[in-house]
Amino acid sequence: MDQKQFQTIVDKQTPKAPLFINMLKAFFVGGIICTIGQFVSFFYIRFFDFTERTAANPTVATMVFFAMILTGTGLYKKISQFGGAGSAVPVTGFGNAVISAAIEHKSEGYVLGIGGNIFKLAGSVIVFGVLSAFFVALIKTILVKVGVLSW
Amino acid sequence: MNTKGTIQFIEKPSIASTAVIAGPMEKDSVFAASFDEILLLENEKDETYEQANRRFIEKVCALAVKKGHEQMNTIDYLIGGDLINQLSPTNFAARELALPFLGVFSACASSMEAVIVGSLLLEAGNAKSVLAGASSHHPTVERQFRYPLEYGAQKPKTAQWTVTAAGFAMLQKHAKNAPIITHATIGKVVDGGQTDPLHMGAAMASAARDTIERHLVNTNSRMADYDVIMTGDLGKIGLSILKEMFSDTDSHVILQDAGAQFYGENDFFNAGASGAGCSAAVFFSHIYEQLKSGVFKRVLLVATGALLSPLTYQQGETIPCIAHAIECRMEKRG
Amino acid sequence: MISSLITAFIVGGLICVIGQVLMDAFKLTPAHTLSTLVVSGSILDGFGLYEPLIDFAGAGATIPITSFGNSLTHGALAEAEKHGLIGVLTGMFEVTSSGISAAILFGVIGAFIFQKRKTTY
Repeated sequence: MDQKQFQTIVDKQTPKAPLFINMLKAFFVGGIICTIGQFVSFFYIRFFDFTERTAANPTVATMVFFAMILTGTGLYKKISQFGGAGSAVPVTGFGNAVISAAIEHKSEGYVLGIGGNIFKLAGSVIVFGVLSAFFVALIKTILVKVGVLSW
Repeated sequence: MNTKGTIQFIEKPSIASTAVIAGPMEKDSVFAASFDEILLLENEKDETYEQANRRFIEKVCALAVKKGHEQMNTIDYLIGGDLINQLSPTNFAARELALPFLGVFSACASSMEAVIVGSLLLEAGNAKSVLAGASSHHPTVERQFRYPLEYGAQKPKTAQWTVTAAGFAMLQKHAKNAPIITHATIGKVVDGGQTDPLHMGAAMASAARDTIERHLVNTNSRMADYDVIMTGDLGKIGLSILKEMFSDTDSHVILQDAGAQFYGENDFFNAGASGAGCSAAVFFSHIYEQLKSGVFKRVLLVATGALLSPLTYQQGETIPCIAHAIECRMEKRG
Repeated sequence: MISSLITAFIVGGLICVIGQVLMDAFKLTPAHTLSTLVVSGSILDGFGLYEPLIDFAGAGATIPITSFGNSLTHGALAEAEKHGLIGVLTGMFEVTSSGISAAILFGVIGAFIFQKRKTTY
């Protein structure tokens, strides 16, 4: 049996991911998390003197706090099995990635274990965020200097 | 095409006794009634998962020896394997058991690799009793190969669940009323060109097929000669891939998979069970019982292993696999 | 207020759907998917499109990980406008610290508080 015949059998027997249903679940879970975030924003705007724009910071921190509780109690991964990207894409997913790594590596101590492993999963997000911000800003700044664009 | 690799044993190495200990999630296994013990927790309060892993290896070895009416200090060799880097759980358990020790690694095929090495040691004459087996522990394996336990990654239908289980057998020559290991076929590393670590059944099917075919050719047998040919952990999808690879129509009845059956129809476990402990747990409990009671008279047990590491995956390599097989027969009593 | 909740739900949900498509149809790992989304948020801010999205959808745009890319880029561009090229470097982390700091802080606190859990369904 050659590789091509084998691959045909594999493709035939392997069930496809139920994309449409997963998309619906992701929409629902992601939507709910963002709606909760909107409530939290209102709370900060109403009671703490933040504006629509500046409320984003404490809102994000609060959502990460919720992620900590849900991760530590084992609920986040249950939500994720259902919600897929709906729970991975919001900043709570970022929090879950960092916090789950921290909890996991406690057995190796705080310095080597937690300190050394906490960004195991989430590191690429930070790295690529910084890289793309740098290049986008660089390109735009140069284009402005040259006169092609304006601020 | 190398068709070698089958050993015929003359000295009748037999499985004198076995012991299987499983974790809390495995209480829902269809084979749970055949396990010797189901642990309530995966680790005690101040233990790391890795320490818990080694502790239950020690426990299952002691139990296998006790059930065989022997003492630990009369055992000649300990052969064991697991999935963790540098075989730490088995190494540290071997430290406590203080027996001459060989650690073996072929991922989830380690159980049969251990039994083959054990049988060879008995065959070569120098040993009277050998302990052989393998184990896996779900949290330790997830940590090493996949994600932190509390991380929310959505699993596909092809994913398998690593069992927390340890299965060890005490092998002796000419043991009374015990299934005999008549032949073994050592696996070749076979690469089916698969790259998805969440679909290991597809990766391992080619290796299983190669070993089964070589064994049948070398022993001049057909599938119908066996009561069952059971692979370790191809899972439900891997098993259906394997069945389609054989033109022998008997394959659909004779071929079974321990991982596919392990958790029954429970969808939570997706394609089924996997892990070095999966084949060990099922072969040394359910299959062993069926052999001893005479329900099965001739079986081929094929443990399957995927030889990837987190690094090879990140480096974009495919997943080469291996499958080790033993043939067991139950001869008439007396 | 109700309408902002609805827009937050819809926009946030749609961004997550894009992530699901990347994972299922394009077979990207979670890390690859999130990195792609972060870069997308960054590029959108380069075109000046992400801030209007935040004005429209509120948390529907600030909660998904795309906003992280937007924040970093926005900070860099704001500084670059004031100080030229060097601002590209100095501006980046002025605005995003909350997400990362919170994650680190709560990660360590979480590790301290929560014990290893028994695997269950």
